[in-house]
Amino acid sequence: MSDCHSADESPIAIANALGPKQSLVAIVGPPNAGKTTLFNRLTGLRQKVANFPGVTVEHHLGQAKLPGEDREITLVDLPGVYSLSPRSDDERVTRDVLTGKMAGLPRPNSVLLILDSTNLSRHLLLAAPVLSLGLPTLVILNMVDDLRKRHGDLDAAILASELGAPVAMISAAKGEGLEKVWQFLAGTTIVGAPRQVRRVELPVLQDVPSCHKWAGIVGQRADYRAPAPPLWTRRLDSVFLHPIGGPLVFLAVVAAVFQSIFKWAQPLMDAVEKVIAASGAWIGSHLPESAFKSLLIDGIWTGVGAVLVFLPQILLLFLFIGILEDSGYLARAALIADRTMARFGLQGKAFIPLLSAYACAVPAIMSARTIENPRDRLATIFVAPFMTCSARLPVYALLIAAFIPDHEILGRFFGTQALMLLGLYALGFLAAIFTAKLLKSTILKSNRVMFILEMPPYRWPTLRGLGLRLYDRAMVFLRSAGTVILMVAVCLWVLANFPRKADGSAPEIGDSVAGMIGKSIEPAIKPLGFNWKIGIGLITSLAAREVVVGTLATIYGIEGGNDAKPETLQTALKRDLTPAGSVSLMVFFAFALQCMSTLAVVRRETGSWKWPAAQFAYMGFLAYVCSWAAYRIVQWL
Amino acid sequence: MQLVVNNSQPQTLLDLRAGESGLLEAIDLPEDHATRLMEMGFLPGTIVTPGCTAPGGCPRVFRVGGSEVAIRCETAACMRITRTI
Repeated sequence: MSDCHSADESPIAIANALGPKQSLVAIVGPPNAGKTTLFNRLTGLRQKVANFPGVTVEHHLGQAKLPGEDREITLVDLPGVYSLSPRSDDERVTRDVLTGKMAGLPRPNSVLLILDSTNLSRHLLLAAPVLSLGLPTLVILNMVDDLRKRHGDLDAAILASELGAPVAMISAAKGEGLEKVWQFLAGTTIVGAPRQVRRVELPVLQDVPSCHKWAGIVGQRADYRAPAPPLWTRRLDSVFLHPIGGPLVFLAVVAAVFQSIFKWAQPLMDAVEKVIAASGAWIGSHLPESAFKSLLIDGIWTGVGAVLVFLPQILLLFLFIGILEDSGYLARAALIADRTMARFGLQGKAFIPLLSAYACAVPAIMSARTIENPRDRLATIFVAPFMTCSARLPVYALLIAAFIPDHEILGRFFGTQALMLLGLYALGFLAAIFTAKLLKSTILKSNRVMFILEMPPYRWPTLRGLGLRLYDRAMVFLRSAGTVILMVAVCLWVLANFPRKADGSAPEIGDSVAGMIGKSIEPAIKPLGFNWKIGIGLITSLAAREVVVGTLATIYGIEGGNDAKPETLQTALKRDLTPAGSVSLMVFFAFALQCMSTLAVVRRETGSWKWPAAQFAYMGFLAYVCSWAAYRIVQWL
Repeated sequence: MQLVVNNSQPQTLLDLRAGESGLLEAIDLPEDHATRLMEMGFLPGTIVTPGCTAPGGCPRVFRVGGSEVAIRCETAACMRITRTI
């Protein structure tokens, strides 16, 4: 676990951490072959995520402790690829690592090539280019239990001699047959398959048809009998992809995910909020009054806490995505959503990120990883923050309650206030699809949209797999909370607490740097109907949107913290903001990217500050223009 | 790609009905897209069978070489076949 603390480590640091005698083993395989399941089996929690330099491709490094020995082996889990022809980032990275060209990472000592035994005729295609690299390779045939259950079979000994490489038949999900893998890692040769001349020469020309022909001959000689079609998968598909039943199940799943991230996460989020507040108060009570105490409690603790509150929601969402992905339903959902998403220039797989963004843009942007096409992925990441996330709700709730008179429209359950909220949701959605169409017809244009989606057989998700996935995503989020968000929190505290008064105490908010900035930007925000106090709120809400509520409460001098009644803030706001200004402010929050966590995550996922900067500028511009328009229109009405 | 003399109307994967299957002859797409499809099993000379369809008729799932792969209709329309039974 000692290796889990650090932020995204570069491969260089890892390479230096590798002892001279420690060997590096690469795990290679096509998508859906069970690479990650095997990696998790071998390393458990002793793993960390890292990005290769220059690309957004993520890989995992882990330590595998050899049973009965004191030695450790470093494993690197490479992205899933169908070939080594460097057409995508994933393929280029895999090829560079295997040929020793990846900066900072030594060439692996050996390779674990994992293939799906139920789909061998296709998966063997990858064996030709990997074996011809000349590294010691163990060919692992995964899901052998499934193969046999469906009356398929093959002769591993013959396959090994045909390939000239040892072969292990395993079930990574059940942990069966792993002895051979451990033996290979320990360096002992597997009985019956010494390194030998392969009987079928590897194809000279490594294009797909020749590799396919080669794979066909190898499979035939090894008596490969393809499994019967997966009966349960066919049965389930006839329900999940039924012309009427399919969309109904789809809507039910969407509703369940939606409901859970809003309702079930709420008590957990309240609990986290209480723990943060209580622990902050406890630490505060043990420190003497000082600027340091204020920085620690009001700056760091509260600032990072405001972001940590979203952790339960993020984890719950990833639990759902994990279940959907591991069970195989996510591919079906993407298939159903593709037609609708295609209209906006996006593709079926963008649907889960965009749905997730209604809870929080952070997990949404992280889940865009499932989209392989980099242009589609960037477009999805770019538009996700337009979806009405839950942090906007407190802001909307405050302003709607204060300014929008509640008249009944459709009986008791639907009034003008609900209509306003619905309108804000629609506004965000429309901005997202408008932006997606704009991007996909300009800078992210892909000439001919290629959508290829493999439909994996349905499988039961394993608790182990789900648990490791949640752990992994939580660490990624906490790392960004620990770095960028911490930094921004400290900056915002400095802005609100300096310059100090003559006696060294904190200034009134209006006299602080934040107040001065608020006043100096007043001419710029005046056309939107905002005064300098709202301006300060816009600055502090860069931490997280809902922070603006707390800031406004402070500015309007409502003392007493928790005892403050919401009505007081509403009354105070009504004095300073016209109804037109309130609508303008809501529109501003619907569009502007007021969220440092999102910026930090977009930077991490796209590999540079270029995209988050462009996103921040674009959304800010749109927010300004639309707020101004909204202000004018409401005034005119 | 290979040239096939076919007297009947040129047919594509889109023309396959449920229960039929076709022999893939050529992929009329730019090379990188064709390669990607071949990696997924769509090699000229293999048998392709239609599977499920998304509601609305597109994208469509095809069974090829032991796996099920979904592609959009515009892609399927660029893949020529001869019909087998």
